[in-house]
Amino acid sequence: MKTHLSTAIRLTLVMLVLLVVIYPLVVAGIARLAPGSGKGETVTVNGKIVGYKLIGQAFTQDRYFNGRPSAVDYNAAGSAGSNKGPSNPDYLKTVQARIDTFLVHNSTVQKSAIPAELVTASGSGLDPDVSPTAAKIQNARIAKIRGLSAERLNQLVDEQTKGPLLGLFGPSTVNVLALNIALDTLK
Amino acid sequence: MTTEWLGVIAMYAVAVLLAIPLGKYLARVFKGDPTLTDFMKPLERFIYRLGGVSETADLNWKQNLAALLTINVVWFLLAFGFLLFQGILPLNPDGNPSQTPDLAFNSAISFLVNCDLQHYSGESGATYLTQLAVMMFLMFVSAATGMAAAVLLFRSFLPERSETVGNFYVLFTRSITRVFLPGSLVIALILAFNGTPASFDGKDTIVTLQGDTVNVSRGPAAGMIAIKHLGTNGGGWFGANSAHPLENPNYLTNMVEMIAQMVLPIAMIFALGFFINRKRFAWVIYGVMTVGMLLLLIPTIVTELHGNPAIAQLGIAQPTGAMEGKEVRFGPLASAYWSIITTIISTGSVNSMHDSSMALSGAMELLGMMVNAFYGGVGAGLLNFYYFLIITVFISGLMVGRTPELFGRKVEAREIKIASLVALLSALLVKGGTALAAWVFIQYNNVDWVVKPSAWLNNPAFHGFSEMLYEMTSANANNGSGFEGLGDNNIFWNVSTGFILLLGRYVPIIGPVAIAGLLAKKKYVPESSGTLPVDTATFGLMIFAVIVILTALSFFPALALGPLAEYFSLK
Repeated sequence: MKTHLSTAIRLTLVMLVLLVVIYPLVVAGIARLAPGSGKGETVTVNGKIVGYKLIGQAFTQDRYFNGRPSAVDYNAAGSAGSNKGPSNPDYLKTVQARIDTFLVHNSTVQKSAIPAELVTASGSGLDPDVSPTAAKIQNARIAKIRGLSAERLNQLVDEQTKGPLLGLFGPSTVNVLALNIALDTLK
Repeated sequence: MTTEWLGVIAMYAVAVLLAIPLGKYLARVFKGDPTLTDFMKPLERFIYRLGGVSETADLNWKQNLAALLTINVVWFLLAFGFLLFQGILPLNPDGNPSQTPDLAFNSAISFLVNCDLQHYSGESGATYLTQLAVMMFLMFVSAATGMAAAVLLFRSFLPERSETVGNFYVLFTRSITRVFLPGSLVIALILAFNGTPASFDGKDTIVTLQGDTVNVSRGPAAGMIAIKHLGTNGGGWFGANSAHPLENPNYLTNMVEMIAQMVLPIAMIFALGFFINRKRFAWVIYGVMTVGMLLLLIPTIVTELHGNPAIAQLGIAQPTGAMEGKEVRFGPLASAYWSIITTIISTGSVNSMHDSSMALSGAMELLGMMVNAFYGGVGAGLLNFYYFLIITVFISGLMVGRTPELFGRKVEAREIKIASLVALLSALLVKGGTALAAWVFIQYNNVDWVVKPSAWLNNPAFHGFSEMLYEMTSANANNGSGFEGLGDNNIFWNVSTGFILLLGRYVPIIGPVAIAGLLAKKKYVPESSGTLPVDTATFGLMIFAVIVILTALSFFPALALGPLAEYFSLK
């Protein structure tokens, strides 16, 4: 037992140096070559940082494309989902309220066309994306407020749509922050 | 939709295609045969010299268990100390507080046993020091412990009769230098180049396009997220785990993280086949486990793609499926797939919130953890499978009137007693634990804990019961995923799951290693026409039946009270 204890302590110290000091420093060092230097890639508009490329942010105004509901109000220092079960009556009331609000702000949209992602909270509370369908369904509202044609917005969403990986794997997505920045540049 | 199916199929296919050559490689590494990574040998010798390990000494099973348990105690003390004082120790740029004693106890054990149940959130409950020196460190060493223990077991299948079964320290070190460290480095860099932070900078503050001020948590996360999957650990750097956009930035990283967590558990099965030169036997095990996986996966996918019936009644569209707790960049299909893989192989990382899974999916996730041997964690999966194997050999031996034997060694009363005790223990821990929690919830509703029992549950009725059942099941299976709505950071959950974690880890290691040690000492009787062959489909079917009877049926009443009741109430 005594020999085991001495070996255990010594082996632990060696492993601490290898795994906790050397390994993370090597990763951090090489990651300096990555986009954003391993600090997280930021997005700049007119020389001002307006967000992180991957982190969703709240868009509640009608003049912007809205992202998904967030259980933590897009708090990027406290990510979480709602953890509401599918049968929870209070939760279903919340979803109903979101549907009603959406219909008030998008009066031309049929209820049966609202995609679930726009009235359900994401897993992280920081989902940066929506599907192209969920973006385009907001076109009429934004077109009216900004005096743009719905056609032009349709085109914008298509431009901002990221297809499946290699064209083969996974869903198509639209980054809401990038979409709204592009929207602001439209005349 | 087609591309989503292709994504899931590719994730599985790549994992299996990598696992076969990797299994061969692992077998060579653990036998000490020449491999491509022999350039690590000088580093290993250096580690042995500093650590005081004799590379050539073979130990018997009791010595190996003593070595394994002693070093685990050292790790626990180290982790507990760091967590208790993390608030005043360096590398705490966000100024997070120290963990309370009961939380530190739970966190230390949880990572020590490769579970990674987290009763804190990474952004606010840990520091960069503890994320690296406690969580990430334990991820490496607990995975290597599991792998070493499984290889000790492999040795007992070999025909040579021996007192010794190998050297824990050597197997442990090689697991790190030949598998986990190089593998993690590659994965960490893929993640870093796709947007996962790796630098030591603290929180950043930004003003969004709409004008809100937001803090953004960061940190050296990439390295930890790599070993979190490769070692089937599962603990997240951020609270939302692999649903967080920095922890899992895009579909590519999702595929990488998914393949990383699957590849070693499957490779270990093939490694066994190569190690003892019984490839057919490895394919039988793989077949049984894969059928088990599919039986859990298919209903989950169907129910998630179908969407939430309660939301359908509100009259909106669910074009992709159920979206609560899921991320758009993965979609319901890849999320459903992940939720089953992470529960059958004991990773417990999540890319969607299981608490918001459909009721039937919740039942499948629970079942995956209850069986805990369909692939299973690195090493731990095979250790769990081993006691099903021993029981099956015994039962089928009795059915056909032959002496139960496994690879030329008689399986007798002592081995069966150990295997049965291990098998029964998990049912006791999960159901006993959940019963205790439900009792406290009813009887001591208002006790003055940090989270009062009356405030534990985030959902009413059947789903609330499922939250408690899931927590206990996850602890016993050393899985680490959760129905995270549960208010679990209080003395009851921290302490009760802490003890369940310990028993759920070490008993299934000690049991099989002890059986293996006992078997290895027995006389080898060459196989003859009187031997029951174990590498046939018939025997595979028998193992499957034993697994179903031992686990699925013994847990059925609990499932009926929780997710199944919810499922039928939703119709």
